[in-house]
Amino acid sequence: MGQTLLQKVWDLHTVRTLQTGQTQLFIGLHLIHEVTTPQAFDGLRARGWRVARPDRTFGTVDHIIPTRERTRPFLDLLAEDMIGSLERNCREFGVRLAGLEDDRQGIVHVIGPELGLTQPGMTIACGDSHTSTHGAFGAVAFGIGTSQVRDVLASQCLAMEPLKVRRIEVNGTLPPGVYAKDVILTIIHRLGVSGGVGYAYEYAGDTIERMSMDERMTICNMSIEGGARVGYVNPDQTTFEYLKGRPFAPMGEAFDTARAWWSSIASDPDARYDDTVVIRAEELAPVVTWGVNPGQSVAVDGRTPSGEEVGGGGGPVTEALDFMGLEGGQAIVGLRIDVAFIGSCTNSRLSDLREAARVVRGHHVASHVTALVVPGSVSIKRAAEQEGLDEIFRTAGFEWREAGCSMCLGMNPDKLEGNQVCAASSNRNFKGRQGSPTGRTLLMSPAMVAAAALAGEVADVRGLA
Amino acid sequence: MTAPQRITSAEGTALPMRGNDIDTDRIMPARFLRAVTFEGLEQHLFEDERAGSAAGDRAQATLHPFDDARFAGASILLVNRNFGCGSSREHAPQGLLRAGFRAVIGESFSEIFFGNALIIGLPCMTVTPETVSALMERVDAQADAVLRIDLGAGRCEIGDFGCTVTLPPHARDALITGAWDTTSLLLERYQEVDATAAKLPYVGGWSA
Repeated sequence: MGQTLLQKVWDLHTVRTLQTGQTQLFIGLHLIHEVTTPQAFDGLRARGWRVARPDRTFGTVDHIIPTRERTRPFLDLLAEDMIGSLERNCREFGVRLAGLEDDRQGIVHVIGPELGLTQPGMTIACGDSHTSTHGAFGAVAFGIGTSQVRDVLASQCLAMEPLKVRRIEVNGTLPPGVYAKDVILTIIHRLGVSGGVGYAYEYAGDTIERMSMDERMTICNMSIEGGARVGYVNPDQTTFEYLKGRPFAPMGEAFDTARAWWSSIASDPDARYDDTVVIRAEELAPVVTWGVNPGQSVAVDGRTPSGEEVGGGGGPVTEALDFMGLEGGQAIVGLRIDVAFIGSCTNSRLSDLREAARVVRGHHVASHVTALVVPGSVSIKRAAEQEGLDEIFRTAGFEWREAGCSMCLGMNPDKLEGNQVCAASSNRNFKGRQGSPTGRTLLMSPAMVAAAALAGEVADVRGLA
Repeated sequence: MTAPQRITSAEGTALPMRGNDIDTDRIMPARFLRAVTFEGLEQHLFEDERAGSAAGDRAQATLHPFDDARFAGASILLVNRNFGCGSSREHAPQGLLRAGFRAVIGESFSEIFFGNALIIGLPCMTVTPETVSALMERVDAQADAVLRIDLGAGRCEIGDFGCTVTLPPHARDALITGAWDTTSLLLERYQEVDATAAKLPYVGGWSA
């Protein structure tokens, strides 16, 4: 009987069964950032513990940092305090940190892969729910809370419950203007925002196999929005090509050894799954959310649901529509926006910026719209600048910012104001998510955000691309 | 190092917080994560939808349960489906614990929230949707009614109403034996961690 990647990686990393029946799982890579770690380091100090494996721990700053003015100390004293705390903790405990002035700085889920830290067959943990992103490489990656961060710092282990595996097969060719973001939003809509609880999602099928690593990361990133803590794609030639030459990837002979091992941890052809779902790529369209969870979405040429009809995400539709200031049966195309945000660990990579720039080139942002592009990392920002993407965005009226999480969660000065409506390439349309308690978020692909920024309202990118 | 605390029961009045898919951004808005401690988080639970907030004052035809004086001092939180979804911020269960909640009963929980609550000693127990409704109705009818939860027996009682509450065996055992704060447990046999790591080719630098 074949095994899934999840089973193989789980077994290889199992230290022992704890008295509670949980598995003590070794964590191959622990990524840390400024927001979910200060209390964890304090916990270590209180008990006189050290970081067990500084060599398997890597930090950066992303959540709270300003994306406009980076001179220290920050005007934002709380941000200064949190960044300073991470810097001190990393120094004291001997943990590597890609800090603010480091060329490697960026969103933690962008830089892990970019640096080659993220590799197939690893277990990865980070105090952030979007850690599922790293599953794109065939890693098993868990989002954890601060006390679990303390667990990993002190012991390089987590106490975990086994997961079931649902294979989500996407087959066929995506129509033009339809992106990885639309695939994952469709999956979440169909299976629901709690449909993945207890499962790891294995994304497979020829559509996924043809996807670039950037696209696979977008898909795995939003697994958690469907309730699945873990999402992954089996490693293949695309994965190996991406890793080759990355700073922390093995080199020379070691790369060949690694490649053989990486291949061996992929799911076997006769692996048994707890559930299987099949999706046809041809049927998909650009997706836009209309509600207050990522399952409440519809094709761009569709309408908001009416009455008490329940959307894929569940939750009373009328209450969600009311928060969003929408009516039932309203067309999605033409919804007016105030802000356009291209960024976040979901969609801030070079290919995302290229697609958005392709839409933007030669046009201008609507006069009432504030538009910003926040690259996922310093290195993406520089690469985009070398290609002249920054010029395209700037000329069109977009702001071109420094790397960070920015308006995805509004922990820094990048926030919605009042009940502004934001077309966002990020991952969550929760109430208040973008920093204003009454702010409203429409999730969509970066190309769709670009189209909305130009039109000043939601537009179908298929008519523009 | 303090002795492990055994958590075998919870008792007190309850607060019904209705709605499916209540995310941790709602429970604890991100701006309250801008601190290096968890102190004071209890003051900010659901802040952006309560009285005095823009959204709260606009949308609240009815009083927010966390503003309702009848439920002040409650120590059991009653919720519906997929409670605590979204962000992994431990600040959400920390806020609840610091506000005096000692147990959460609901239809289902997000896995990350469940784990974050367990590791700080806040049990999240599941019951059927019908039972949640029954419990919420009872508490609505009589806010000062006391709920008694026996973790070992998996029972909850309020007045003459009794029901089964479910905790996964690992969580029940961890709470009852005082092994819910896992760090010490994970450090117990560290040589075995090293042994597991040594067998992983990527840890050894691929020198097979």
